[in-house]
Formats: sequence, C-alpha cells, structure tokens
Amino acid sequence: MKVLTVVRQVPDAEARVRAEGGRVDLTGVTFVMDGMDEYGVEEAIRLREAGHDLEIVAVAVGPARFADALRTALALGADRAVHVVTDEQLDPVTLAGVVAQVAREEGAELVLTGGKQADWDSSALGPALAEHLGWPHADWTTRLELAGGELRLRHDVDDGVEELTVTLPAVVTTQQGLNEPRYPTLPNIMKAKRKELATRDLAALGAPAPRVRVVSQEIQVRPRLNRMIDGEPEEAAREVARLLRTEAKVI
Amino acid sequence: MVILLVTEERRGRLKRSAAELVTAARELGGDAVGLVLGADPGAAAEELAAYLPRVTALRGAFATAEAVAAAAADAARDLGADVVLFAADKLGLSASPRAAVRLGGALLDDVTAVSREGGAVRAKRFSYLSRVTETVEALASPVVVSVKTNALAPAGHAGARGTVEVREAPAPADPRKRVGERTAAQGARLPLEEARVVVAGGRGLGSAERFAAVVEPLAEALGAAVGATRAVVDAGWRPYAEQVGQTGKTVAPELYVALGISGAVQHLSGMNRAKVIVAVNKDADAPIFKVADYGIVGDVASVGPALLEAVKETTAG
Repeated sequence: MKVLTVVRQVPDAEARVRAEGGRVDLTGVTFVMDGMDEYGVEEAIRLREAGHDLEIVAVAVGPARFADALRTALALGADRAVHVVTDEQLDPVTLAGVVAQVAREEGAELVLTGGKQADWDSSALGPALAEHLGWPHADWTTRLELAGGELRLRHDVDDGVEELTVTLPAVVTTQQGLNEPRYPTLPNIMKAKRKELATRDLAALGAPAPRVRVVSQEIQVRPRLNRMIDGEPEEAAREVARLLRTEAKVI
Repeated sequence: MVILLVTEERRGRLKRSAAELVTAARELGGDAVGLVLGADPGAAAEELAAYLPRVTALRGAFATAEAVAAAAADAARDLGADVVLFAADKLGLSASPRAAVRLGGALLDDVTAVSREGGAVRAKRFSYLSRVTETVEALASPVVVSVKTNALAPAGHAGARGTVEVREAPAPADPRKRVGERTAAQGARLPLEEARVVVAGGRGLGSAERFAAVVEPLAEALGAAVGATRAVVDAGWRPYAEQVGQTGKTVAPELYVALGISGAVQHLSGMNRAKVIVAVNKDADAPIFKVADYGIVGDVASVGPALLEAVKETTAG
C-alpha cells in the first residue's frame, strides 16, 4: 500500500517575522519542516514498523526551500519524495487540488498531513484534499490503528474526543499527542541523500487557477500596557485586582 | 447577494456562534438564509428565525464533516448562494473546505472580519502563528467563509420573525466513515473558546497538584475556564482539551491570566488576542511580560493565592 505524507517547510516558530510594504518578508528566516507534518511522517513510519507493507512517499508543493523538508522526511524513513516546485502562493483549496493529482497518479490509499500549517494558519488542506479525491477524512487525530483496510482513529471534536472508523482510501490530519516524532540519525541523513527526490512542474499538473488572493499582510500589533506591579505578593495582587476592576473593567 | 448561513443544533439549542454569523451576513449585506442541521433541529431553527427572514432546518445525521459539507453545498446550489458562512469551530473548519471544493468556490477560513470591496468578498485572518494579520480576497464564487468564534459581536434580533421550514435530510450517512463513542472533554467546565475569562497555568507551577491548587480556585472565583501550556499538557498535569496555543486552542477572552507561563511564541499565538492580559512569573525577562498589560514578578505559589484573595475582596465590594 502506498502512503503519501504531505510536508511543508515553514518559518521556525522562534523566527522573527517581518512585514514590508504590506507583505511578509522572510529574508534571513530559518525554515524547518512544519511540526504538525512531522507527526504524519512519524505515523507512517510507525505503521510500517508495526508490520504493514507500505511505501512511504513524501510530497511537497512549494518553493525550492521545501526540498529541505522532503530531505528530512527521507532521513526519517520515507522511501522517496516528490516535489512540485512553484513560487506561486496557492491557497489551501487550490493546493489540495494539486496534491490530489499527485495522490491519484501515485495510486495512494492513505494521505497524512499536519492538522494546521504554521505558515498560513489554516487547517483546510486535509479536508479539501479528501473532497478533491472523494475520500473520507479524519482530522485532529490523536490515535490511529490500521487493520483490514480500515483505520480506527481517535480525534478531537468540538465538545471532546470521538472514536472514528474510516474505510481506506482516506486522508488523515495529525496533531500533537498522536506520537513523539523521532530525530533523523546521521547514518539515515547520509542514506537519505541517495533516495529519490523527483521534481515536478506545477504547470504539468494542470496549473490551477488560485481561488484566493492575499491583498496585504501586516505584523499584528496589539498595544499592551506592559505595566509591572511591584510590592509584596498581597499588595501587588490587590493592586492588579483593583486595576482589573476600575481601569480595565474586566472583573 | 445571497448568503447561506450554516449552523447546527447543539443539545437542542442554537449554537452561540450562529448570532456571530448573522453579524457577518449583515456586514456583507444581501439576503441571508439560515440552514440548521441536526437530529432535532426544529427548536434551534425557531431561535435562528428571530434573526433571519428565512430558515430551513434539515433533520438527519450530521455527525460528520462530510455530511455537513454535502448538505451545505446542496443548499447553496439550490439557493444560488454567493456566500456560505460557517462557524470556525472544529466541525466548521472540517466541513467548510469540503463545501468549497464541492461548489468549485473559494475558501476564506478562520476569518475575524468580512467585508465587500466592490464586487469582491474580502476577509481578515491570521497567519504565521497569529503573528501576521492578512487581508484576503476571494477570486472564485461562491465564497465559503468560516468565521472565528468570538471574533464578531453577536447580532441582535431582526424586527420581524422569519419563516421556518423543517425538512428531512435526503441522504443517509456515508458508510465509509462511522462515528463511534464520543467522550466529553475532560475537565471542561466551560468551553475554553467561549469563556470570557481564562486562567491559564504553565510549568512555573511546578506540579499537577500545585496547578490544581492555584489555578482552579482562581478560575472558579473569576467564572473562568482553565487553560494550560503545552509543557503542562505534555507533562500530563492537565488534559489536552485545556491546551492553549498553536497545537491547542485559540482563545480571545476579555481577560487572560497567565500564571507561571514563560510565553513561548507557540503559546502566545493561541492567546495574544485576549483583550487584557495579566502575567505572573518569577523571571522578570520572561517573554510573557512583553504581551502583558499587568505583570507581577514573583512566585506563582504565593502570588496566585494572593490574587485569589484580592479578586474575592474586589468582586465582593
């Protein structure tokens, strides 16, 4: 069975993000594989380690730097990688259409991806991909078992946690709690260099028309009072309570 | 402009976010039609009719995003809707992308504001772990929008009551996805996302026992929900349902009290939209103080209980 794991290369969470002229400027920023996608790669590897016969294909759609995320996925244990190279900013629904095309060509039966991407702050990729493919999906997954062509999962819903059974083929989005991703070892990093990383041209996949345009981006600044209250705990606490009551009017 | 407002009944009532979607619909202007999905949607539909001239209730099994998306897309097609509104709760975030694909439209997801610029639908949303605010514009129609809960003020009732039509949902549930047992969130006295006040604790509290002893009574006194950082959840002190941050929940309460929280960017991304932030931490250089309105440098073990007493005194007076 073929498993696709979709990865993105995003700014490190600690990186300073700037905006210039209404656009985010990522010059000089350190990029890493999206932490949410790491859970997906890890889960695919664990399914194989649990005895399932899988080929794991890491897929990325994005600019040249996304190749680093694919190399990381290969070093972790993916068998090969496909990089659809584009500098175009595609919205999640459009991008999901591109990934769906790759999934169809590969004959994949399971696609794993992060629950929410750390660059565009969207959780739409997984559900949109599933709809493009006409498959069911499970999002915000915290436990996954594969048996007899079915996935048994646990995932978060609005008022708690739900058990799900989903028939393959399916899309699963991952999150914290699903597993603890491993680190690539040096020998595996070396081995990854010899694994196949194929590049594809976006145009050859049908060059989709974007459905959303980013008009402007700015750094979110919310003015804060930054007022430090000194004194003994009782005194400082009483002053804060007073300010919350009389100044901020929130209690 | 025809707007379809999609919501579900929850325990027989209309979801609170529905009134926020009405605000979004009025912001856009046009004819808004309500769609209420659920096993017993009649009463919720009656509630929604206080806001909208026309409401349809579909009685059926809507436990999955697939079923919600299919019903919403069918209704949008029948109506010739230009805009389809969902609440950006877990179900809405899960169903709305599928609806957008089904309709061949555009998705503006998890937005905090909507507007119309000329003929185009625009929205504001966050990106880069909530550090960036961006304005996006839909280039395809219809436009499916999911609106962040708590971002818009709930609308007031309309002058006249709307009509309600209750219908049976036509399609049975897709056998490829079967919903099993559902367990209510552990310790979720008050849903985090809906709470007006959140008291959250971090590693600085030192142990699960101290967390419970300091955070819970203060939350109780403030009528607040309890929140936690990822480190606390990873350590097993608190359930995942209480996690605030990039991989947990996003909250935007009136007041956020951060106890023993250092302020990693992943945590800030989940709470930096709070109106007022109070931080208590023994490290004066902790990043949490940069986003705080009121800060106390000190040990939460002593400041926390002092804050509890002070709050009790203040709110009693």
